[in-house]
Amino acid sequence: MRYLPLTAADRAAMLATIGVASVDELFHDVPVSARLDGPIKALPNHQGELAVERRLREMAERNVPAGSVACFLGAGAYRHHVPASVDYLIQRGEFLTSYTPYQPEITQGTLQYLFEFQTQVAMLTGMEVANASLYDGATACAEAVMMANRVTRRKKAVLSGGLHPHYCAVTETEARFVGFELVEAAPDPEGTEDLAGLVDDATSCVVVQYPSVFGQVHDYTALAQACHAKGALLIVVVTEAVALGLLPSPGSMGADIVAAEGQSLGNALSFGGPYVGLFACRDKFVRQMPGRLCGETVDADGRRGFVLTLSTREQHIRREKATSNICTNSGLCALAFTIHLSLLGESGLGHLARLNHAMAVQLADKIAALPGVSVLNDGFFNEFTVRLPRRARKVVDALTARGVLAGVPVSRLFPQDDRLADLMLVAVTETNTEAQMDALCWALKEVL
Amino acid sequence: MATIRFTKDHEWIRVEDDGIGVVGITAHAQERLGDVVFVELPDIGKQVEQGGEIAVVESVKAASDIFAPVAGEVVAANDALTDEPAKVNADPLGEGWFFKLRPRDPAQLEALMDEAAYARFVEELG
Amino acid sequence: MNAMTPPPTSASDDISAVGGPGTVSGHRGLQLEEALIFELDRPGHAGVDLPPVPDVPLRLGGLAPRARIGLPDLSEPEVVRHYTRLSQKNYAIDAGIYPLGSCTMKHNPRLNEKMARLPGFADVHPMQPESTVQGALQLIDALAHWLKTLTGMPAVALSPAAGAQGELCGMMAIRAALDHREGGKTARRRVLVPESAHGTNPATAVACGFTVATIPANDRGRVDLEAFKAKLDGDVAAIMLTNPNTCGLFEPDIVEIAQAVHDVGAFFYCDGANFNAIVGRVRPADLGIDAMHINLHKTFSTPHGGGGPGSGPVVLSEPLAPFAPYPYLVHTADSLRLVESAADPTADGRAFGRLKGFHGQMGMFVRALSYMMSHGADGLYQAASDAVLNANYVMARLRDLLPPTFEGPCMHEALFDDRSLKDTGVETLGIAKALIDEGFHPFTVYFPLVVHGAMLIEPTETESKRSLDRFINSLRGLILRAKAGDTAHFDAAPHFTPRRRLDETQAARKPVLRWKQG
Repeated sequence: MRYLPLTAADRAAMLATIGVASVDELFHDVPVSARLDGPIKALPNHQGELAVERRLREMAERNVPAGSVACFLGAGAYRHHVPASVDYLIQRGEFLTSYTPYQPEITQGTLQYLFEFQTQVAMLTGMEVANASLYDGATACAEAVMMANRVTRRKKAVLSGGLHPHYCAVTETEARFVGFELVEAAPDPEGTEDLAGLVDDATSCVVVQYPSVFGQVHDYTALAQACHAKGALLIVVVTEAVALGLLPSPGSMGADIVAAEGQSLGNALSFGGPYVGLFACRDKFVRQMPGRLCGETVDADGRRGFVLTLSTREQHIRREKATSNICTNSGLCALAFTIHLSLLGESGLGHLARLNHAMAVQLADKIAALPGVSVLNDGFFNEFTVRLPRRARKVVDALTARGVLAGVPVSRLFPQDDRLADLMLVAVTETNTEAQMDALCWALKEVL
Repeated sequence: MATIRFTKDHEWIRVEDDGIGVVGITAHAQERLGDVVFVELPDIGKQVEQGGEIAVVESVKAASDIFAPVAGEVVAANDALTDEPAKVNADPLGEGWFFKLRPRDPAQLEALMDEAAYARFVEELG
Repeated sequence: MNAMTPPPTSASDDISAVGGPGTVSGHRGLQLEEALIFELDRPGHAGVDLPPVPDVPLRLGGLAPRARIGLPDLSEPEVVRHYTRLSQKNYAIDAGIYPLGSCTMKHNPRLNEKMARLPGFADVHPMQPESTVQGALQLIDALAHWLKTLTGMPAVALSPAAGAQGELCGMMAIRAALDHREGGKTARRRVLVPESAHGTNPATAVACGFTVATIPANDRGRVDLEAFKAKLDGDVAAIMLTNPNTCGLFEPDIVEIAQAVHDVGAFFYCDGANFNAIVGRVRPADLGIDAMHINLHKTFSTPHGGGGPGSGPVVLSEPLAPFAPYPYLVHTADSLRLVESAADPTADGRAFGRLKGFHGQMGMFVRALSYMMSHGADGLYQAASDAVLNANYVMARLRDLLPPTFEGPCMHEALFDDRSLKDTGVETLGIAKALIDEGFHPFTVYFPLVVHGAMLIEPTETESKRSLDRFINSLRGLILRAKAGDTAHFDAAPHFTPRRRLDETQAARKPVLRWKQG
């Protein structure tokens, strides 16, 4: 039992100090019927590192790592190269094994990186302020809608047909339990929907995704103006943060709140989590924001320092009147995001974004040249929608057998809409090689 | 001459000659809260019942609701507090006022504590 | 005086103010001042080398590419040094005792980290075909088996991202079950929450569309059974009860409470934040609960990471199980698969919805399972025993100087308050800040809210007797110092930290939440 430092002699001495004969006496408030008389027999006993590692490796080896094959999967999670120093730095025990910075004098490290993170997120999204992160992009989206409801004192949100279905589903769940109305536009693979027509005087917000879940990029300036004319807010969701290194910022288009997934900077795919939700908005809404905020101040000697602030919004003070029940943020994932973005910097992020985009353009052209296949988008970042002459799920399965993770069948995201069954999302990042892109095209040609 | 009345929730209301009531929190209340960092004020025109939640005052570690001392309509809010919430600590009965209210039922005023009664009330709280 | 010197490196050279010799650089030995990353900008540098961009025209649907963002440029060594210096300003469980009550700061084994980084777990895309992720699903299934067996509960929902979201999940399942049972929409409005509860409980109940009714505690720090029963009727949807409770005490009437809740047709939500006290020794199912979240970052050692990420699986009773959210795992003849939405042919539509993107905190699942397998049933039993033993030892060794708020024995955390310091002018906060100077992370201060000047000490099983003795001896010394009237020491503490007390009033009055170009 390598994690337990007490020796038998320690335990005996401590029991004597306490004045009881056994630890069992300390559990005397537990009803007798609920006390177990020893370790649970249905579970194995303790094991050494070697044995645990062997067992877990067996499970890991039953999976196909994305990096071991040609992988073109995106749809809200992106495989980018994470510099080695990111993972080294986040594993420093002072970051990894500290708690929420409740004692600011001995957690300035955490507080300063959160302040840097907030600044980076605000810059990237083109907004004025950002919080210290939420769980993930989908929960950030739902929180953004609820915040818009508070700000506008209205209860009806319009969701774009280009919004990731998981983001819609999380927002629907909140709508059902909190009690607000959703108007959901039909899936919009062609990028032709007109949301301005759905905005009325009861609308709190319109939620669009940029690029859309189908990869399409749009200028939302006119939509923002239409929303504001009716007193509604525009929420822009971003699932691929690297795109903001090339595309105009949501803030420059008039977005009021940006809710984004930050996984693609610094964080592994990890089968869907943990990821990091980015949340930014206009200055004037700051007191309606969910989640933790880090702010600058001075210490008793007048030196700059950082603290958690505006915490009267939060559950531990406001209890049933809190802006959200959220307690944890995604601290360590936010740190990974911040370090990766610091390594990239202005020039590196722009370069990375252009590289992703150019490679995606090249692959889109190659795929569009295949007989019977077309690419739906006229503008995209690093992901686009392909129309296949057959059901996409079957094609994806056939390509998986050939060692190519070709893309996400749209039917997995929109299973209820059979008209989308022949569509596939294809994402390209700097981790893909030209040989992998050729392999994808060859394999597609073969199975079609 | 203006009359000032107090509530058990530590608000004061001073009715001016024009019949409008000015509302704030007491010196005792601001002392207990500590440094006030933010005040959320009501919209002008808002109708409120007696005892209804109408504003919020925040310190670093606490947020307290402000309740309407009497029913009425909000006719003004002290926007200066947005930039300088410290006025609530510095001058709670003067520049630190929160909002003005047109009382609907003058009888409600009479039922509130006068200055002496409020002083006794605070003393009893210990 | 250099009070006018602008940050970032303007450490004061006022000797009396910093309690030590001023330096030319502003650094003080190993305490290195560090500017914000934005202030270190060296335009044109980069910490990465990327291949050239293929020369193809942009295809952005007519959008012009973005102009300058404002991010700083730095080389790799500059970035590594910056974040290394920041890390050195943090206290951590790796460095010493971190006895934050209700937070369960226990050792974070590095085996967990190594396992979570295996490519078969870390480099798996959530939208891969199920045939390529059978090992990941197997791991989720194994974790579910451990959690169900340890709690005695028949089902577990794994997707919640943190404890607070686990609470939401459990309460949403409860409301969905009530809605289903009571013809589509339950008329029950109220959720009973003890006044000592963690703030997430009332916030969660409201987020699920309920109103909160508070149950008072008795003078022994437990639920007042009579007051509780008086509030219980057909309008009650659920009780939310933390057990062991936030005062570190086990609720002895819990079985009777569960029975009474069920008798009026309501459900029992147990906040499992303090599960570490009883894991492997008591199965919550045997107490009569219906739902309980488990903070993997507390009981099962996944790192707190400066405030997340968490993971909050929720175990559910038979009546609640069908309402667990998407996605959930099902066994087929020869494989495992995920049911991701109501459109799945096997779904019966009772699942209440979806709580987050994709499938849950996989990286945390690997770490938690690694911990469980390492400890095993016997190790977990011993860990809970040691956690409770350590807390009671702290209580026993302090009680003559600092009377516990409630008579013991306690469970995994010992609750004190500053009543006995009443005439010293020193309060809980001063003791906490002085502990920092002594080299310890303080206990939790001013929580639970119902105890004036609360000091909640949770040592966890990670601490050796020697470590506990050092902490206790220092705390005893401080209490004696307070009682001797040295209030100035406490008012000015901490003296030896990278920053001294920070002005939280200024931070909140004029919020500065980001750096801006000066």
